[in-house]
Amino acid sequence: MEIKQTALAGTLESSDIQIMLSKGADGIKINLDSDVKKQFGTQITAVITEVLQKFEIENANVKAVDKGALDCVIKARTIAAAQRALGTTDKPAWEVL
Amino acid sequence: MKNNVNRELPDDVMTQLNLKPFQTTEIGHPTIQRAAPKLVATTGSDKLKDSLAEIVQATVKDGMTISFHHHFRNGDFVFNMVMRLIIDQGIKNLTLAPSSLTGIMNDLVIEAIEAGTVTNITSSGMRGKLGEFVSAGHLANPVIFRSHGGRARAIEEGAIKIDVAFLGVPNADRLGNANGMNGDAVFGSLGYALMDAQYANKVVLLTDNIVPYPNTPASIKQTQVDYVVKVDQVGDPDKIGSGATRFTTDPKELKIAKTVNEVITKSPYFKEDFSFQTGSGGAALAVTRYLRQAMLDHNIKASFALGGITKPTTDLLKEGLVRKIMDVQDFDRGAAESMHTNANQQEIDASWYADPYNKGAMVDQLDVVILSALEIDTKFNVNVMSGSDGVIRGAIGGHQDAATAKMTIISAPLVRGRLATVVPDVTTVVTPGDSIDVLVTEVGIAINPKRQDLIAALENVPGIPVFTIEELQQKAAAIVGNAQPIEYTDKTVALIEYRDGTIIDAIKQVKD
Repeated sequence: MEIKQTALAGTLESSDIQIMLSKGADGIKINLDSDVKKQFGTQITAVITEVLQKFEIENANVKAVDKGALDCVIKARTIAAAQRALGTTDKPAWEVL
Repeated sequence: MKNNVNRELPDDVMTQLNLKPFQTTEIGHPTIQRAAPKLVATTGSDKLKDSLAEIVQATVKDGMTISFHHHFRNGDFVFNMVMRLIIDQGIKNLTLAPSSLTGIMNDLVIEAIEAGTVTNITSSGMRGKLGEFVSAGHLANPVIFRSHGGRARAIEEGAIKIDVAFLGVPNADRLGNANGMNGDAVFGSLGYALMDAQYANKVVLLTDNIVPYPNTPASIKQTQVDYVVKVDQVGDPDKIGSGATRFTTDPKELKIAKTVNEVITKSPYFKEDFSFQTGSGGAALAVTRYLRQAMLDHNIKASFALGGITKPTTDLLKEGLVRKIMDVQDFDRGAAESMHTNANQQEIDASWYADPYNKGAMVDQLDVVILSALEIDTKFNVNVMSGSDGVIRGAIGGHQDAATAKMTIISAPLVRGRLATVVPDVTTVVTPGDSIDVLVTEVGIAINPKRQDLIAALENVPGIPVFTIEELQQKAAAIVGNAQPIEYTDKTVALIEYRDGTIIDAIKQVKD
């Protein structure tokens, strides 16, 4: 699926993550900013990538600002950002959830 | 070599500094030779000075050990004033030996390290920029972290030999009689600074408030003081204490505090004349409030409260629920003022408070203590010094010392954000698991298996689930996932002393 517009989900509150999705040309590129990057960076990028793949998004630039979010939060924010970027918020992708 | 909490210690550093690995929490009865200061006799008629620069120049020489206290906390002006002059005068190779380092000192400590002015540090702790700077390997020699009791011991034994102590006080007379209770920048107890005043070769008092001679009560005495320097301002009163102590509304902290209170009141120690120490965190303050109600309900009074004191504790004194406060430090203005007005709030020095090598410290008489933790592991070892990222960001304080209480309770949330508090192995061991009896989290408690008596007393308290510490660790891991291990270089950036001077852990430089 093609990203139609840049979209944002999440806040900068602690235990949240803010995901910004924009058009990309060269696969899924994730720029992660996190205080726990050393311990959980790989896991965070894996969760984001997995969700985007379920939406069949092949090219995207992701800016993720993590404030110690758990995996379930990362997943929820990525889904919201993906649907906004794809312009499909009127049809929630239940199968991805 | 490995020590008795299974930590690998750097052989080269251990040999070079002639240090011994940690073995046991038992202190025994060693024979101790104390050190004494070397002084220049005077009648004291010419101590009062205007120029701090001249006094620094006259007293501080290359290679010396200098000290400060941290009673002004983040309102401290004295440290930066003195360190600025020392750096500018081009003095080199100093050992910095303050009772602790607070955030307001960070910039100048870093500058002093970069200038070669400071090459060794011993402290209770360090935070923020300075912790990151040291963890990145910028100080040539490892920092030695000591507890408040451990510092008192090291000073008495001569392991820390202070050449010049620069001690800020909110009042002093022209001969150096001073206390922490009167003036603009009051902080109450001078507990940590009393060690420096007694054992340093030269004692320089800095004050913004010269009072008529003789000044009483004199916590620091004229017999100990070489110079009294008048400065504009020693500290910012608004930043010394936390002001009015706020009662937490965080439901997680309240749940933990309530559970801590249940553990105390259901334990065999909750009886007439018991004694306790609480810290200054949100949960600890809430515990004091719950404990007050329990004491009223059961008509039980405490013989003493110990350690760092807050207003909720001095309120108990006023109410007659606590007979004495043994006060080494005051965390807020209310507690500092109470010391002034209540004769039952006794100022004690760090040795009296917590030193293992004296003829009986207050902590040895303590029944119950509530302490915090950055991490606690399945062996009950506690870390209050380094973050899960390996970076120095804490202080031992009285943690190791107070943990010798008959019942030591660690109050901590299971996880903080994405970081587990209960872990398989702590990043840095500060207080050995042998001293820890009960862990209280928001989901339930874990009791050290070596305390079968406490397990029997606490296993059937309604509303308080008892888990093994392994079960709590697994619950935490199920929430946050498994962290990747931090990578370190071979360089040792800090050593953690146990209160008896043996080495309980080493901190390595974090790989970038």
